[in-house]
Amino acid sequence: MSDTTAALPARVPAASWFTQAPGAVYLLALMSVVLTMATPGFFTVANLTNVALQVAVLVIVALGMTLVILTEGIDLSLGPVLGLCGVVMALMVVSGWPLFMAIGAAVLIGAAFGTVNGALVAYLDLPAFIVTLGTFGVAQSIATVLTEGNSVTGLPDYVRWFNDGVFVWLPVPIWATLLAFALTYVLLYRTKFGRYTFAIGSNRHALILSGSRARYYQLLVYVYAGVLTALASFIMTARLNSAHPTIGVGLEFDAIAAVILGGTSFEKGRGGIVGSIVGALAVGVLRNGLNLMGVSTEWQVAVVGLVIIAAVGLDSLRGLNA
Amino acid sequence: MTVGTGTARVTLSQREFLGLSPDRLFVVVSRVTALVALCVALAVFTPYFLTWSNIINVLRHAAPLFLMSAGLTLVVLTGGIDLSVGAVLGLAACIAASLITSGFPVFGVVAALAVGLSCGLVNGLLVAYARIPSFIATYGMLWIANGLAYVFMKGEVIYGLPAPFRVIGTGFAGPIPVPVLIMIGTIIVLHVVLHRTRMGRGIYAIGGNPVAARLSGMPVQRRLVFVYAMSGLMASFAALVVIARTNAADVSLGEEQLLPAIAAVCLGGTSLFGGVGGVAGTAVGSLILALVLNGMNLLGVKTFWQAGVLGVIILLSVMADQLVGRRINRGTT
Repeated sequence: MSDTTAALPARVPAASWFTQAPGAVYLLALMSVVLTMATPGFFTVANLTNVALQVAVLVIVALGMTLVILTEGIDLSLGPVLGLCGVVMALMVVSGWPLFMAIGAAVLIGAAFGTVNGALVAYLDLPAFIVTLGTFGVAQSIATVLTEGNSVTGLPDYVRWFNDGVFVWLPVPIWATLLAFALTYVLLYRTKFGRYTFAIGSNRHALILSGSRARYYQLLVYVYAGVLTALASFIMTARLNSAHPTIGVGLEFDAIAAVILGGTSFEKGRGGIVGSIVGALAVGVLRNGLNLMGVSTEWQVAVVGLVIIAAVGLDSLRGLNA
Repeated sequence: MTVGTGTARVTLSQREFLGLSPDRLFVVVSRVTALVALCVALAVFTPYFLTWSNIINVLRHAAPLFLMSAGLTLVVLTGGIDLSVGAVLGLAACIAASLITSGFPVFGVVAALAVGLSCGLVNGLLVAYARIPSFIATYGMLWIANGLAYVFMKGEVIYGLPAPFRVIGTGFAGPIPVPVLIMIGTIIVLHVVLHRTRMGRGIYAIGGNPVAARLSGMPVQRRLVFVYAMSGLMASFAALVVIARTNAADVSLGEEQLLPAIAAVCLGGTSLFGGVGGVAGTAVGSLILALVLNGMNLLGVKTFWQAGVLGVIILLSVMADQLVGRRINRGTT
C-alpha cells in the first residue's frame, strides 16, 4: 500500500491527486456544501469574515505546529503558552507599560518556552510529548498564579487594534496570518532552516551522526513555534478584549488536528504548511458549523476528537501516513 | 559517540550491582532517597505530617493515583503513551457516580469499568491496527472522553454516595485502609503478569525492540490492544476508588489527573522509550507524588502551583535519568 504511493512521481495526474489529497480538502468541501444547504446563515459575507477572523489564531499556531510535527515532534505546550503570553502582555499593558515592551516580553516568553522544549528534545533526545506536557503544566501554572485564576480586563482601547484594526482594506488578523504564512513559507522552502526541518523528520539520527547541526536547528523549530504562538496570543487577547490564563488550553489540540487533516505525516518529514492552512480552515468551518447548528461546546470538542482520529485512521489506511 | 560493541556491553554488565546496571541503580537510589528525604523534611517542617490520620490520608491519595498510573505503566513499557487516562477516569467517575446515586450500584460499577475498557480498546485498536502514533490516538480520546463527560453531567456535581460503596475508598481492614490493600493486590498481580507470563515478557520485548518482537513472530498487535485496554480499565477502576474517597464526582475530576499520572510513571523510573521499568517503581512514584501534594497542602501552597510543580517534576525526573544514563554509558552505547 505505502510502497505504491512512495513510488509515485512528484507531479501526479489529476486522478491520483484525488486519492492523494489530504483529508482536510474533503472535510472542508463537505462541510461547506452541507452548511450552505442546512443553515441559511453560513454562506454570508458576515459569517465567512467571522470564520476567517476566528481561524487566524488557529492558523498562526498551526503553522508553528506544522514545523514541529515535520521534525517528528509535537508541542502540547503551545495552548497554555498562548494563555501565558496573553496574560503577561495584558498585565503589563494594564499596569502602564508601553505596548512594545509588553509585546517584547510576551514574545520572549514564547521563545523561552520554545527554547526549553527544543533543548530537552533536541539535545537530550527526550520524547517531545513528555517534555511539552511538562512545560504545559508549568506555563498553565504561571499564568494562573499571575492572575490568581481571574481574567485580566480593562485593557486600553489600542490593544483591540490587533483584532479590529483595518490596514489597506484587510483586517489586521488577516494581515498577520498572511505575514506569518509568507515568513514560514520562506523559512521552510527557501532556507537552510527549512531544509533541516524536513531532513530531521526523515532521518535525524543520520544527520547527527554525520556531524551536522541538526540538534541546533531542531531547537530553533520549537523556538519558532513558541514565537508564533506569542504573536497569535495578541490577536486572541484583542478579540476577547481580555486575557484569561486557560484560554489557550485545547487550542494545541485544534492545531494538531489542523496539521494532521492538512496531510502532514508524523513520520518521515512529509507534509507542508499549505495543507495546514486548509486543515485550520476545515477545523474552523467545522466548529463554526457546529455553532450555527446549535451544538454545545462540549460536543464540539468530542466531534473534533472523532474527526481527527477518523482522518488519521483513513490516511493510514490509504497508505498516506503509514 | 561510538557505536556499541560486544566487548563494551560485557564490561557494562560486569558493573552490575544487585542485578541492576549502573544507570538503573541511579534510578532506584534517587527515588528511594527522594522518598525518604521528603518524609524527613515534611516531618521536620510540618507538625501534622507524622500523625496517623495524615499518613492514612497520603496513602489514600496514593492508591488511586497508583491504580491509574499502573495501567499507564504497561503502555509506557511497550514504548507508547496513553494521554487519555485522566479523561477516561473522569468519564468513568461521572458515569459510576450518577448510576450509583440513582440506585443502580452494581450496574454503575460495571458500566464504569466497561466504559474504561472500551475507551482503552479503541485506543489499542487505533494504535495497533490503524498504526496511529499513540500520543495522537490517545490525545484524541482525551477530548472525546472529556466531551462525553461534559455532555453526560451538564455541569452538575454528584455527591452523597452510599456507605457500602465508599468502603473501597475510605474503609479499613483491621488497621490497614482498604485502598492500600487494593494497591498492594494490584502491585502483586501486575508484577506477576509482567514477570511470569508470556504476555508480560512480550510487553517488555515490544518496548525493548519492536522490530525484533514482530520478527520473532509474537502477536504484537494483540499485545498492544491488551495493554491499552488494561490502561483504560485501570483508569476506570481508579475512578471508583477516587469517588468512593471524595464522595463526589464532577467533570473537572478528569482534567486534573493526566499530569499526576504521567509524573508518577516518570518518577517511578519506567523508561519512556519502553522496555525498562515496572509497576513497583510506579508505586514508589505514586507515593512520592502523594507526599509532594500532601506537603504542598500542609505548607499552604496554593493549588494554582500544582500543575507547575507536576510539570517540573516530570521534566526533572526524565532529564536526570537521561543525563545520568548518558554519563554512565558514555562510550559504550
